[in-house]
Amino acid sequence: MLKSLRSQLTTIWTILQHSFSRCETVQYPEQKPYLAPRYRGRIVLTTDPDGDERCVACNLCAVACPVDCIALQQGTREDGRWYPEFFRINFSRCIMCGMCEEACPTNAIQLTPDFEMCEYDRQNMVYEKEHLQIDGPGKYHDYNFYRVSGLAIKGKDKGEAQNEAQPIDVKSLLP
Amino acid sequence: MPVITIDNQEYSVKEGDNLLQACLGLGLDLPYFCWHPDMGSIGACRQCAVVQYQNTEDYRAGSRGRIVMGCMTQVTDGAIFSLNGDKASEFRKTIVESLMLNHPHDCPVCAEGGECHLQDMTVMTGHRDRHYRGKKNTHRNQYLGPLIHHEMNRCITCYRCTRYYNNYAGGKDLAAMAAHDHVYFGRHQEGVLESEFAGNLVEVCPTGVFTDKSLVNDYSRKWDLQSAPSVCTHCAVGCNTLPGERYGKLKRVHNRYNDEVNGYFLCDRGRFGAKFVNSDKRINNPGLRDEHGRYNIIDPHQALHQLVEACQGDNNIAAIGSPRASVEANFLLKTLAGEQHYSPGFNAQEQSLAQLALSLQQHSAATIPSIKDIECADAIFILGEDLTHSAPRIALALRQSVRNKAYALAAELKLQPWQDAAVRNLAQDQRSPLFVAAVTDTRLDDIAEQCHHLAPDDIARLGYAVAEQISGKANASDEPANTIAQALLSAQRPLIIAGSSCGNAAIMQAAAAIADALALRKNENAGNSMLCLTLPEANSLGQAMLSPNEAPSIEALAERAYKIDTLIVLENDLFRRAPAAVVDKLLQSVTTLIVLDSLETPTLATSQLALPAASVAESEGTIVSLEGRAQRYFPVSECQGERRASWAWLLACLKELGHPEAANIHRFDDITLACSAAQPMLKGITLAAPDHFYRNAGVKIPRQPQRYSGRTAMRANVSVHEPKQTEDDETALAYTMEGLNRHQPGSLLPFVWSPGWNSNQSLHKFQTETGGPLKGGTAGKRLLDNRQNNNNQQKNSQQAVATTAPAAFQASAGQWLLVPRQRIFGSDELSSYSDNLAELLSDASIEINSADASLLQVKNGDGLSLGENLACLRVVINNTIPQGCAAYSVGIAGTFNLTLGQRVSLQKASDWQRPKQADVIASDGGAHV
Repeated sequence: MLKSLRSQLTTIWTILQHSFSRCETVQYPEQKPYLAPRYRGRIVLTTDPDGDERCVACNLCAVACPVDCIALQQGTREDGRWYPEFFRINFSRCIMCGMCEEACPTNAIQLTPDFEMCEYDRQNMVYEKEHLQIDGPGKYHDYNFYRVSGLAIKGKDKGEAQNEAQPIDVKSLLP
Repeated sequence: MPVITIDNQEYSVKEGDNLLQACLGLGLDLPYFCWHPDMGSIGACRQCAVVQYQNTEDYRAGSRGRIVMGCMTQVTDGAIFSLNGDKASEFRKTIVESLMLNHPHDCPVCAEGGECHLQDMTVMTGHRDRHYRGKKNTHRNQYLGPLIHHEMNRCITCYRCTRYYNNYAGGKDLAAMAAHDHVYFGRHQEGVLESEFAGNLVEVCPTGVFTDKSLVNDYSRKWDLQSAPSVCTHCAVGCNTLPGERYGKLKRVHNRYNDEVNGYFLCDRGRFGAKFVNSDKRINNPGLRDEHGRYNIIDPHQALHQLVEACQGDNNIAAIGSPRASVEANFLLKTLAGEQHYSPGFNAQEQSLAQLALSLQQHSAATIPSIKDIECADAIFILGEDLTHSAPRIALALRQSVRNKAYALAAELKLQPWQDAAVRNLAQDQRSPLFVAAVTDTRLDDIAEQCHHLAPDDIARLGYAVAEQISGKANASDEPANTIAQALLSAQRPLIIAGSSCGNAAIMQAAAAIADALALRKNENAGNSMLCLTLPEANSLGQAMLSPNEAPSIEALAERAYKIDTLIVLENDLFRRAPAAVVDKLLQSVTTLIVLDSLETPTLATSQLALPAASVAESEGTIVSLEGRAQRYFPVSECQGERRASWAWLLACLKELGHPEAANIHRFDDITLACSAAQPMLKGITLAAPDHFYRNAGVKIPRQPQRYSGRTAMRANVSVHEPKQTEDDETALAYTMEGLNRHQPGSLLPFVWSPGWNSNQSLHKFQTETGGPLKGGTAGKRLLDNRQNNNNQQKNSQQAVATTAPAAFQASAGQWLLVPRQRIFGSDELSSYSDNLAELLSDASIEINSADASLLQVKNGDGLSLGENLACLRVVINNTIPQGCAAYSVGIAGTFNLTLGQRVSLQKASDWQRPKQADVIASDGGAHV
């Protein structure tokens, strides 16, 4: 009997203490909490420092996606770059796990701290490339895949990528 | 069998194998690059290194052992190896690091990524960081034609490409150039790769140097491709293929291994020609022509109603089947129209030749060889065929069979056949004898001991002369028959190849006469002679089996066209088969013309009712290849639009009509059963593949690999509510990634993948031994298997063969005999609708020799008009063509009025304008182009 009374009083005391601690509840949406840049919210496609789209349609995000909510089709541009002809994310399936970002070899796909994407109609949760593509490099400012990779594109010939020697002249007899 | 020890475990392995083969056969993962099961070992890449120990004490004492290359080490009894020991794995890791030294960091934009042997091996060896700080070598790429994409930076110099292209496929324009770390694999200058088998470079290259160009520009990863076992429909060889589909489009065709048919390789017509299924000419909806001559789209129920109405009542129905449609669809059409009113879809010449090929093969005392048997032949005589263009995969097999001489020499020195460089060095230019008697030069002339360019009848006469020499009826001075006969007689496994290309029955009969004479004269220890007869289309032999000899040909139907009310044409473009006058007569006299086809052909464009048929990639069916092998193809994807499989249209019609024979037919398997019951010769077709009840350990076989992506987003633009996966009630395959793709029968293998082995090299996980049959058995069922019962047939063999040679060919003034010039790209109907081959198709031409040309006062590039407005073709002067003969490009638009073996007058066309050719960068090929 005494034991249970003590337990009740302890509980009341603990709760009373909370009246003096800082309130954790935020008056959302009037007040917005701070979300770190690495927060996993709405997905965007970014551009490289030169302003061209980063996505090379390698399909790695799609295969990494545990709910298979990314679908895209590769195409080749006239300048030799691979790009997604369409790029679709079904956000009604997306679980914001960030695996696509982890998988992306070009830092194209990135998750942003924006999570406010409720819709009355699920169909509006399907984002196409024009809804995903932003004009900026996102979290990673410097990386430019085509400057690193050996594939020649217009404006970057063979031998001009990072750590590459000039193309070999096959007909030369020099060592 | 030798017993070897690998990492303390004893294994018994096959005598004579190399260690790499043995390890892979045992299911052990040993990385490799340059070795290929069909091309042997050269020990170039140093990747399959293992440590060998002297003896048990040596191993136990922890000695260093010695590093040996798995692919160059023959297994010997009691040998001790370490595969996973530190030294061996460390060595392999450094090797892959050095191979990767110049690799360009472009996997995301490489079409090989995800099915790359180099990726797999790099992961398998555990290499990660590049320690070398120097710069990477780079190379400029070459334009290698519209089919193959070249990205030289990715090369690891394993030499597989040149070994395949030059040594295996007999190509001459791909080579390793420069030296040391500058080695470059390419042509001496940019241009289209000449070999008809260049497409295999895509699969042979362990990395992304050679990739499929059309795939590169419309790419999907291997894990995203839905695929199903299929059969190539572009010639009668019946190679097994794996088409891959994504977003409703056929993305690419890969080889499906079948140890008895195509092995590891396809020809370029099969690999790149199948893109016709994406053609703009495909029809998606049924169309009914109105009184203004326009087609109106109608819904499938209306279309079926129209079809049923046209077949009902007192209407006289006639039907034309097709040698490019499945046995099942043809069988239903035959049931619908009745036997007397059903034409198998051949013209008169094709029909008699197909029937002749069938009866010769049935009654021959010789064996009907599979491609694998052809590769074993040690003396070959080809009569009247340019095989590289008429049955390409056989030509590739023949390039291997002439190497049997080399293997025989190697065996004398106890050299294993997989010691590729040694065997080639030993043999140099010594080859098993191959004799070609053809009307023109052929692509096999370079490996032939003798080439004879003769008129068709003279080829047959030569054939008969050889047969007489063999049976000892003629005197020995008759050359060249005597030389050929002696070569064939001294061979262990002689092979005779002929076919219907020349439109000449005597050639096939002569071939059969030689094969029979050899079979009767064979000495005790020799194998049987082999007889291979080629036919033009995928199901030509199946159609010959389905229809009796006296079935009406297209011409015969045209004769009685006035009696026909409704004519149903199944997947057949009649204008390709008979002169326009005959076809017009037929099509215009019938009241209702109904055409069921997948493509908008000229025949379909004249129909009243057009029904959209599913292509080979969307439907199931059985076809019979030239060796009599019944093979089943399965739908890769669901039908688009309102397309339906031809059999489904016809079955629905029969059901509506209440046809008694259709009462028990409810699905595809029932048709196969009914057909095999009705046609004794086709009894075996049910065994071509398991029926729809088959389950692999209780589950269906998936068409999609385990990593198939985008399932919940692919159709989200249409509706976010995902539909249920399509159920496949007709086959044992499922349109899902769920199921089991392992150990099932070979005819149901939809893709090859094994953990850690993402590339097509994972095939060895599906084989009983490297290069051996699949674990689930070889796909297909041979309907003409006379390998067992030869002895019974020897007696009646002579009955079928006409023994009299035709009269010698006489050139007559003003009249030229029409002979064929086959082309790998263009002579086949379906592949000519393929977009990616368009650049390689050339216009129709006529080839004559220079004496005839000067007689006609024409030169290269002039126009010749044939007969009375039969055709007008570009002249090509080719001195291999016998005088009095003129070779025209078969199957190419502008030549359909011509018939093989016909004699026509030639005249210089006065108002000839040279057709504009596509600007393909010229390759320095022979005169045949």
